[in-house]
Amino acid sequence: MDLKDLYRDVILDHNKRPRNFGTLPPPAHEARGHNPLCGDQLTVYVELDGDVIRDLRFEGKGCAISVASASLMSEAVKGRSRADANALYEQVHDLLTRQDAPSPPSLGKLAALQGVREFPARVKCASLCWHTLNAALEGGVAPVSTE
Amino acid sequence: MAVAPRLAPPLDLERLRADFPILQQRVHGKPLVYLDNGASAQRPRAVLDAERRYGEQFHANVHRGVHWLSQQATDLFEGARERVRRFLNARSTKEIVFTRGTTESINLVAQSWGGVNLRPGDEIVISWLEHHANIVPWQLACERTGARLRVVPIDRRGELDLDAYRASLGERTRLVAMSHVSNALGTVMPVREIVAAARARGVPVLLDGAQAVPHLRVDVQALDCDFYAFSGHKLYGPTGIGVLYGREALLEAMPPWQGGGDMIRTVSFEGSTWNDLPYKFEAGTPNMTGAIGLAAAMDYVDGIGLERIGAWEHELLEYATAKLQAVPGLTIVGQARDKASLVSFVMDGVHPHDLGTILDQDGIAIRTGHHCAMPVMTFFDVPATARASFAFYNTRAEIDRLVAALHGAREMFG
Repeated sequence: MDLKDLYRDVILDHNKRPRNFGTLPPPAHEARGHNPLCGDQLTVYVELDGDVIRDLRFEGKGCAISVASASLMSEAVKGRSRADANALYEQVHDLLTRQDAPSPPSLGKLAALQGVREFPARVKCASLCWHTLNAALEGGVAPVSTE
Repeated sequence: MAVAPRLAPPLDLERLRADFPILQQRVHGKPLVYLDNGASAQRPRAVLDAERRYGEQFHANVHRGVHWLSQQATDLFEGARERVRRFLNARSTKEIVFTRGTTESINLVAQSWGGVNLRPGDEIVISWLEHHANIVPWQLACERTGARLRVVPIDRRGELDLDAYRASLGERTRLVAMSHVSNALGTVMPVREIVAAARARGVPVLLDGAQAVPHLRVDVQALDCDFYAFSGHKLYGPTGIGVLYGREALLEAMPPWQGGGDMIRTVSFEGSTWNDLPYKFEAGTPNMTGAIGLAAAMDYVDGIGLERIGAWEHELLEYATAKLQAVPGLTIVGQARDKASLVSFVMDGVHPHDLGTILDQDGIAIRTGHHCAMPVMTFFDVPATARASFAFYNTRAEIDRLVAALHGAREMFG
């Protein structure tokens, strides 16, 4: 295991300068996510145009993995349909948890999260934003927790 | 020009470290630097041997059999209770209840004592820096009884506001429950003042000593507290064993909290009668291995001397504080004037969780998170901190490695 494998330049960059950081006013959907283990807190705002995610913002406090993952996610799902976003999440989930998971080109920059699977304690950090996005899309009101 | 004297360590660290098999290993290819003692301390060979010897030679159930092994086990178990009594300078072994740990000890008091002593509108006084184990049991007791929690504030240094504490004691105060030493900040609480003010009003005091017993001499008679709770595994002993010290008169008046074997005198379907102290509070087969291991840990600690341990840990604390303060962007959270040997800190631009992973790759174990003290995190407006907590077996060289790794983290996150 090499730290540079976890903290790749893309991750460090998105942690330092998160993209789409901020809020969206109603009627954008919003959901809160919480990782009680490390205190990460995240709110995801999604603006839908029919079935398409027209805009997405997030805000919160978290470790580099959770912030970078949310930032990368925001770039990746903007402009996509909900079904596409779900499919992407499945790929990311595999990437984070399966040693033999492929890294298909469709992942784009999200592939930078590959190193996380070598650090099992950090998988939840990377997946929190996706769970929260899912909750926002479902229109749930209860905060999402990784526990 | 004066030359600063080179202080020789007052402890033979090399010899002491050799007592701890786990400290000899490498983690991620680097010699282990274990700085998570506040979460759980490591066990010396003397403790591991005592646990194994009990299993290999003396184990049987206690307080029951007439056979030889049962008598051996009972003698060892009750010997451990006497060892704990001596460690705390309690008056009697009747005042020493074995539990699973600090958390269970506090829950025992909250349920048993709280159940018969709390009425709607009564108040329990705690502080802002408590561990969840000294908050939640009282919240549950309040829900059951209609009593209320009063929380005494702390200041930016992480010290208790004593004036606010005294002002919080009133007609409805039924109990004061406070940490002896804060696990998240290291603050050594002004327990003499806390107890004196409560006692002047006839209010009993429970002290959560989980973080105190490994670092300083605890004498329950000198403290004059009514309950004192701690865990074995923070005192170089086994997990799953802890102690509740209770003043005999209070324990005597409290009902049992769990029913079962060992805690009864007679059982019939019309009703049952309770065993004497402390067995009234020890339903079921106890953790004999744990108690015997804990006694061995107390022998070990007393063999070194808590005063020497405290002195060396204080040197480590001062050394670490100075070195950490010099790391750019690092802020120490909790700067009480009287502190046990731990340092909680945050670093600009690097989340504690990332620090934890980065240090781990260097073989350095620290705790990151909210330390089961979420209100403390809220007070200092941080989501989490990194915490290095030192034991007597830690060295200055280990602190140097911590500091070097922190510089590395800072560089990586630029």
